[in-house]
Amino acid sequence: MNTHNSLDEQFVFTGKAKTWSLVGIVVGLITIAGGFLFGYGERTFANLLLCGYYFACVCTAGVFFCALQYVAQAGWSASLLRVPQAFAKVLPIAAAILFIIIFAGLNLTHHTEVGEGKEAVAPYLYKLWHLNGVTVKGSENYDPVLAGKAGFLNMPFFLFRIFLFLGAYATFGYLLTKYSNTEDELGGLFYYKKSFTISAAFLVIFGFTQPVFSFDVVMSLEAHWFSTMFGWYNFAAMWVSTLSIITLTIILLRKSGYMQWITQDHLHNLGQLMFGFSIFWTYVWFAQFLLIYYANIPEESVYFLRRWEPEFKPWFWLTIILNFMAPLLIIMSRDSKRATSVLKATCIILIVGHWLDYFIMIMPGTIGAHGEWWSQITPIEIGVALGFAGLFSYLMLNALSKFKSLIPKKHPFLQESLHHHI
Amino acid sequence: MSSTKYILGIFDDPDDLMHGIDNLQKNSVPIYDVYTPMPIHGIDAKLGIKDSRLGYAAFMFGCMGGTTIFTLVYYFLVHDWPMDIGGKNFFAIPDFIPVTFEWTVLYASYGMAFTFFFATHLFPGRAPRVMDLRATNDKFVIAIDAKGNIPHEDINTILKEAGASEVKHNDRKYVSYE
Repeated sequence: MNTHNSLDEQFVFTGKAKTWSLVGIVVGLITIAGGFLFGYGERTFANLLLCGYYFACVCTAGVFFCALQYVAQAGWSASLLRVPQAFAKVLPIAAAILFIIIFAGLNLTHHTEVGEGKEAVAPYLYKLWHLNGVTVKGSENYDPVLAGKAGFLNMPFFLFRIFLFLGAYATFGYLLTKYSNTEDELGGLFYYKKSFTISAAFLVIFGFTQPVFSFDVVMSLEAHWFSTMFGWYNFAAMWVSTLSIITLTIILLRKSGYMQWITQDHLHNLGQLMFGFSIFWTYVWFAQFLLIYYANIPEESVYFLRRWEPEFKPWFWLTIILNFMAPLLIIMSRDSKRATSVLKATCIILIVGHWLDYFIMIMPGTIGAHGEWWSQITPIEIGVALGFAGLFSYLMLNALSKFKSLIPKKHPFLQESLHHHI
Repeated sequence: MSSTKYILGIFDDPDDLMHGIDNLQKNSVPIYDVYTPMPIHGIDAKLGIKDSRLGYAAFMFGCMGGTTIFTLVYYFLVHDWPMDIGGKNFFAIPDFIPVTFEWTVLYASYGMAFTFFFATHLFPGRAPRVMDLRATNDKFVIAIDAKGNIPHEDINTILKEAGASEVKHNDRKYVSYE
């Protein structure tokens, strides 16, 4: 093991990573423009919501990763904290993008199908509960169920909640990053203790608000239906996908010569987390599914009925294969978690798998099924996903290059992390 | 020929113990085993101990538990006494998952515990066989098979030089506390 690492190493954002990120962004912009120009506005909006939500969730879970390490007083992760910190630094931008998408989706309207064979002028997103007249008695769009939920699902309060939650997460992310940077200059335990305190506060706030956040952004697309398991299910999805992205980022950084202090042991730990939380995702997914299946109440089972349509069924099963079977079989053994190429492949499977997971959550309730099962994923899905992947890697690597060093060099547990061995 | 069966180097400090292992290995003295009251970092690699295969045992037990209960439930609820529960199919797989999961966990954990007991000769109610009882408390012990490792005086010297507080020549492999 090389024990003479330069603690002042800085990330330089140039070359292929930058080029490909920008290519991704351009592809995404062209796809979005094309989607609107050729009359696929609703599909484009649904995809923007999907990727915007994925993006915001990954950055939020970056803050969660940092907070968790501080609260658990974990030592092993000290030397890789810069990567999730870079995610946290991108959160304000991700939050702004998601907020703009939601705001535009609620306010821009078009002529579309609402419900069974009924057409109306409806907003692009959340057309069920934000449809004109949905709460007005006597209106042809009146819906007693949604009128009853209007106290919670109305635009001002909805936007206020999204703003409040994302603003709070971004503030905590900003503070944690700032304390870590100041700690690098001043040393001592003062900023570590401070980080511990605000991390604990963040975890409490996050634990209570994150389910509501996912109820709002995703579950309210099908506003008649609800599941109390949905928040946890979304949390598991965001956490697994973020762990995979953190691991993939570190593997790629190592490959291009950075962060040589990260050893197989750190990657093994990250692999364990990915494996464990993939099982947790499946557990929560199944807990939601089993109760609905067993009780078989129409207003609950409609959610799965829609995903059971022949157009969505193959994708529905594919999420289970990618997000449960693949990590279960590939990275169960110790040796495969320690083989970088195997771990890297698993990361990519999980990142794609959770995109598909969000796809299955969002699409049946927004655009519904069209054509064959294989035509559910169109170039718009791929283009927008590439655009957001490029945007994320561009912003994240740019944030990473702004750190004065790629390691929190005065972190009190740094030596423990540098000598981490399992 | 002496009656010594095992030579025990007893150390007060784990660093001295590691030093002792190094010195013995440098002099090509094979080490029978090392006993410590706590896990010592890096000692497995130094002694060339293979990775534990306990995980594979746990996996096999888990598979066994899962298949056992799935077969049983299939026999009960599909083959032997099919019941209409909420209008579901008799072979309603989602309903079988929780119990399959539980038995998988149960077999994996109990199986792993019993495999561990079996592999380490630990059974409830049986006094453990130890070479030196203090290795379970505050001493660090290197055991060397005395047979063939001669002269014994040289081994004594190596151990003493590495910082052993005491070197014992045992005529029996295990001290019995039964």
